[in-house]
Amino acid sequence: MAVAGSQRGISGRDRVATARTVQRSVTQPTTERITTVSEQTIEVSGLRKRFGATQALDGMTFTVPPGRVTGFVGPNGAGKSTTIRVILGLDAPDEGHALVGGVPYRRLGLPLRHVGALVDAAAVQPSRTGRNHLLWLARSQRLPVRRCDEVLDLVGLTSAARRKAGGFSLGMRQRLGIAAAMLGDPPVLILDEPFNGMDPEGIIWIRGFLRSLADEGRVVLVSSHLMGELQDTADHVVVVGRGRVLADAPVDELVSRASSGQVLLRTAVPTEATAALRRAGLAATVVDPRTVAVAGVAAQRIVAVLGQEGVPFSEVSSQRATLEDVYLRLTAGETQYRAAVGGEQGR
Amino acid sequence: MTAVGAPSRTPDTGRGGGLRPALWAEWVKFRTVRGWLVGLGIAVLMCVLFTYLVANGIHSGTCTGTGVTCHSGHPAVPTGPDGTAVADSYRYLSRPLTGNGTVTAQVASLTGRISTNPVNVAPSPSATRPGLAGWAKAGILLTPTTTPGSSYAAVMATGGHGTRFQYDYTHDRRGTASDAAPRWVRLARDGDTITGYESADGTSWHVVGVAHLRGLPGTVRVGLFVTSPVAFRGQTGHPTQATGSFRHVTVTGAANGGWRSQSIGAGRADFYPVLGTGGARVAGDEVVLTGSGDIAPAVVQGVLGTNTVASSLLVGLLVGSIVLVVLAALFVTTEYRRGLIRTTLAATPRRGRVLAAKAIVLGGVGFVIGALAAAVAVPVGDRILAGNGVYVFPAGVGTVVGIVVGCGLVTALTAVAVLALGTMLRRSAGAVTAGIVVFVLPYLIGSNLSGAAETWLFRLTPAAAFSVLGVLPRSSLVDYPYTFGNGYYPLPGWAGLLVLAAYTAAALGAARLLLHRRDA
Repeated sequence: MAVAGSQRGISGRDRVATARTVQRSVTQPTTERITTVSEQTIEVSGLRKRFGATQALDGMTFTVPPGRVTGFVGPNGAGKSTTIRVILGLDAPDEGHALVGGVPYRRLGLPLRHVGALVDAAAVQPSRTGRNHLLWLARSQRLPVRRCDEVLDLVGLTSAARRKAGGFSLGMRQRLGIAAAMLGDPPVLILDEPFNGMDPEGIIWIRGFLRSLADEGRVVLVSSHLMGELQDTADHVVVVGRGRVLADAPVDELVSRASSGQVLLRTAVPTEATAALRRAGLAATVVDPRTVAVAGVAAQRIVAVLGQEGVPFSEVSSQRATLEDVYLRLTAGETQYRAAVGGEQGR
Repeated sequence: MTAVGAPSRTPDTGRGGGLRPALWAEWVKFRTVRGWLVGLGIAVLMCVLFTYLVANGIHSGTCTGTGVTCHSGHPAVPTGPDGTAVADSYRYLSRPLTGNGTVTAQVASLTGRISTNPVNVAPSPSATRPGLAGWAKAGILLTPTTTPGSSYAAVMATGGHGTRFQYDYTHDRRGTASDAAPRWVRLARDGDTITGYESADGTSWHVVGVAHLRGLPGTVRVGLFVTSPVAFRGQTGHPTQATGSFRHVTVTGAANGGWRSQSIGAGRADFYPVLGTGGARVAGDEVVLTGSGDIAPAVVQGVLGTNTVASSLLVGLLVGSIVLVVLAALFVTTEYRRGLIRTTLAATPRRGRVLAAKAIVLGGVGFVIGALAAAVAVPVGDRILAGNGVYVFPAGVGTVVGIVVGCGLVTALTAVAVLALGTMLRRSAGAVTAGIVVFVLPYLIGSNLSGAAETWLFRLTPAAAFSVLGVLPRSSLVDYPYTFGNGYYPLPGWAGLLVLAAYTAAALGAARLLLHRRDA
């Protein structure tokens, strides 16, 4: 049976690699980037799924490699949750397939040892204690009971472990959901909106936590609508809309691609500044009585020009795009629920 | 922050280790919701409470005069050698026999009269018509004592069932002679062995049956007997009387005492309805006996009431089942309501395994609760009924165990079926309603129907499973309308359980199919 398992599930070599990875994470501080390459990936290929008149997934294709935090973003109804449900074998696609470590999720034996997932933090039986919620999950994966206490400790819920989950705040439920995902110490983690309802302290914690999971060589896929959080957390982002991938690139690349390269200059003498800059061959325009915009040049050059000309100024700032700008630009034509996105934009 | 403890990675079997992890998980789920455990307690309490209330509402007694003076109690019902209730009323012309010996006689004729008054009206000799009950009996009987309910062996001619050899009320062998009289019968004692013979001519004999009556004393009574049981026309019973004419009566062996004619078990306090106590007359070679009553297992007979150790349990079982229906539905529908089903199916992607694990947990819990409730409620109901003077048919340990196990199976199968409904419907209210409509309502409807409809209801609907409560005695040796109206279920308990099990299996099959097909 063990032989069959290693053929079907992750290979024996993978398991050894994962185990080594985890061991190192215990013994060493996580600042050191662990370079162990795991063959674990999430592979989503040509998923199509229709719910009645809605085409929820329309050729969704992407791969999530290990060792980095991959953000998964898109407007409501873009197909994020459906994709995650398909990966977890909960929904069946009309076409295409999703593989975890090369196998369909439904064929994994004791799957929580391979894939930990937080799908819906509210999904708890309110009258069951947090610890008992983890206990039944542990039993279902033949995990020792002490794992429950370990993951409770990991997410900082030890003191609330024996309280009914119905009394938990959303933030506490998120922590419980993350504890459940970590129960089997899986090489692959899929977290749907883990920042929701988290207090600032929790958000900082989860950011570092995701970082450390990726550093341990795990596959980490995080969906969120909080672009700011993902910009600071994710290395790579998959932007989706209307069931398709709109962008699949490193965060830095996306941001610099979207940045206009415009520099704003604050000065009391805009007219003089504009004239001086134009003399230097730069495209400067007065935006308002105290601001001049300069396109297509680095801030250092502007400072140099103005210094030579002796034009006073108070501030030079290069306008770098945020992930949110990128996201809004990419999804502008794809938004299905504008009001909802507008609300998020307002943050 | 990142102190991720490394769990002991036991090698993955690739199959998830079979059903056991899922089973264990579902058991932990069930036992960690306190409300459900409280619900189980309520189910048991409700069952016992309603059994108590039902039993408390049943009284039995006799009232005299204007009804002011009432005595709680029921008529005397003899108990046979095996502890079951028996009828033991007959006319007996007997003498003592010491040691081995034989009795031989020719039953020259057997005729009878049937009361035109039903059993609940005092019979009168004038209100009768000619007629012979099928189980009217005339023959030779051997017994250690004439106390009603004692052991016996007898060979006899019957009104409509040929020549018979019977002993200890329940044992019966049929001879070859036709009902057309006359026929010869002989009973021989050899130690504890009693042999019954029949003959067409009094010279060539063959054995009808052999009985071994253990512990038979040296001296027993032997002699002629006649009796005639209640005859039914439709649902109405009428007492009957039979007259048997015997010739060529011979006794061999040490039979020295004189003949004595007795009416056995036909006193005022005895339960069996009789048409007169009869008598015996000897005229030369001919001995004529007239008797009324029966020597057979006691069934309801229209006079004993239908109370058994299980009869007051019914309402309690229904109410307890309703509580279990709610729990069984919630066990799966709360997972749908909270979205927890996704966590469950992500942990155990083989969905049939999830359903099987839930079914086993609920089935086990349902069985324990049903059996526990019955085990507590049966003695409670029994004691209350006895205190109210009600006759309760005696039940052996085997019968009580059968009821307890049967109730456990009814609640287990119902719980599993409702689990399947909940899986299909995914809504608590819908599942509870459907569960009650399909698994509880048929009984309530059935008990208010009459005739063929109710009979089919108790054969074809899940209500058939309540047959496990049908422990009223029935016997092929007693003509009686064994209908639902008289307290008899149309199916035996095990068959009723099979009917319910078929419904449960069908529901589980449909639930499994839907669970596989649908997105979670």
